[in-house]
Amino acid sequence: MPDIATILQQARRSLAIARKDMRIYYAKGPVIIFGVLFPVFLFLSFTIGRQLSIDFMIPGLLGMILFFTATSVSPIVIPWEAQARTLERLMSCPVRIETIIVGDILASFAFGAGISLVPIILGLFLGITISSPFIFALAVILAALCFASLGTVFSIPPTNMPSTVNMIASVVKFPVVFISGIFIPLNELPAWGQAVAYISPLTYFTDIARYSIQGQGHLPIAVDILALLGFTTLFLAAAMKLHQRTMPRRI
Amino acid sequence: MNNGIAIQVVNLTKHYGELLAVDHIGFTVRKGEFFGFLGPNGAGKTTTLRMLTGVIRADEGIASILEYKAGSLKAKQVTGVVPEMANAYGDLSGWDNLMLMAELYGIPASLARERSTSLMQEIGLYHRKDSLVKTYSKGMKQRLTLCLALISDPEVLFLDEPTSGLDVQSARMIKDMLQGLNARGKTIFLTTHDMEEANQLCDRVAIINEGKLVAVDAPEKLRMAVSGMHSVEVSFDNIVNPQALANIPGVNTVKKLGDKWRLYTTDPGELVASLTNYSTSNGLKIISLNTLSPSLEDAFMALTEKREKDA
Repeated sequence: MPDIATILQQARRSLAIARKDMRIYYAKGPVIIFGVLFPVFLFLSFTIGRQLSIDFMIPGLLGMILFFTATSVSPIVIPWEAQARTLERLMSCPVRIETIIVGDILASFAFGAGISLVPIILGLFLGITISSPFIFALAVILAALCFASLGTVFSIPPTNMPSTVNMIASVVKFPVVFISGIFIPLNELPAWGQAVAYISPLTYFTDIARYSIQGQGHLPIAVDILALLGFTTLFLAAAMKLHQRTMPRRI
Repeated sequence: MNNGIAIQVVNLTKHYGELLAVDHIGFTVRKGEFFGFLGPNGAGKTTTLRMLTGVIRADEGIASILEYKAGSLKAKQVTGVVPEMANAYGDLSGWDNLMLMAELYGIPASLARERSTSLMQEIGLYHRKDSLVKTYSKGMKQRLTLCLALISDPEVLFLDEPTSGLDVQSARMIKDMLQGLNARGKTIFLTTHDMEEANQLCDRVAIINEGKLVAVDAPEKLRMAVSGMHSVEVSFDNIVNPQALANIPGVNTVKKLGDKWRLYTTDPGELVASLTNYSTSNGLKIISLNTLSPSLEDAFMALTEKREKDA
């Protein structure tokens, strides 16, 4: 078990890795396309022409955008760096594999949390009110962290092709969007639909967003928060453990 | 204790599936030594270097760098690495790459700026410090990679074929810098398949072939240890029949090198006399004649071929 000094030292180095990711990867084509443009157009295609209130649309749009943006940077960084042969440099530096993963997660988290301000500000401009801002802010932060951690799980298979990782991520991300109460509220889903919804971390964030903006959620807030915490822990643990095995195989 | 030892390797082994890439090798490198790791392509040089720098894990055996376990944070903190392929971040400037490395090694910003300025000036990159690395030439990228490895002022420097494929000027600059670093007491571990480079730079060399260590010694001692590899290099004013040269007493092997012939022998003195007689009796004039000791390349070929025969 590393001592406190080592943990602080590695945390500082994670921040350096995150800043590097922000400068290099935020402007990459796949990040903009899959992280920003795609969720907006997907959302518009399902909402235009339907008589939906702003209070219903904004939590869904926010959930979509936060989910896609926070999972857009972290999956591609490691395969991209393996392909560009910068990963070997990072691995020969005095940083642990966990430090690299945490750095990538932080960059993805900041991207997700930052871009999600756009639908929030848009919603406020259009007249929504946020009934419990503290819980809402906590949920955005927790969900961004959870989704960014999920992103690093997508990049566990030791391929050095970012497009392959994006394909793996898409196979998971699209079904998740349809079962998470974005387009159809949870209480309108059949029992089996609700059961499936509970395996998606996005369900819990959307539920908190609906609670904060529409005034009512489907589950107790404490359950939503605990579920997001549980998923975050699970994704972080899986990413840390499995990247230890696969990262050296990329070199 | 490991006092005075910079790198210690015991029984290091690595498999890639069925392939035994590195086969139970062991050697030590003293502090301040310039150590060459020679071998043909695919011999296991890069795999060994990657195990020593902690990029990949060994399947068996142990290695330590200045008494720290290879691959540990402490071992990585005291080492600098120049990997085989230049791998600075192309989307960052040379300067920003150096600042990033400084942060990853925990170097204070003011010291990092001071060292970066000095390193980039020394290696002729300072005027391009703010350009993106993707706009650099191959030689410039490799010179930057050396700066990245030196930003932490490491005690031990690992380099994987740092001059391979470079222009003469960049290669010369890197070699000069390495000699300067070694003179200041840094331990240098250099993998290469360039015999001349190893001969010029290294205090000792290890030769690896098909994952096995074949020899570890000073280049001069390795050259002298190869018997039967003395040669005489001769050129004539006219065309000669190689078979006739091979029939001269004392000649073991004949090789044509441009307009010269290299004749391998165990007794160069006697062969010079025989060559004089041969030229006189055949109406030829000797234009140049040199006796040569075995080169490191000869030693390398002899040692690796012997290993293959033994196997």
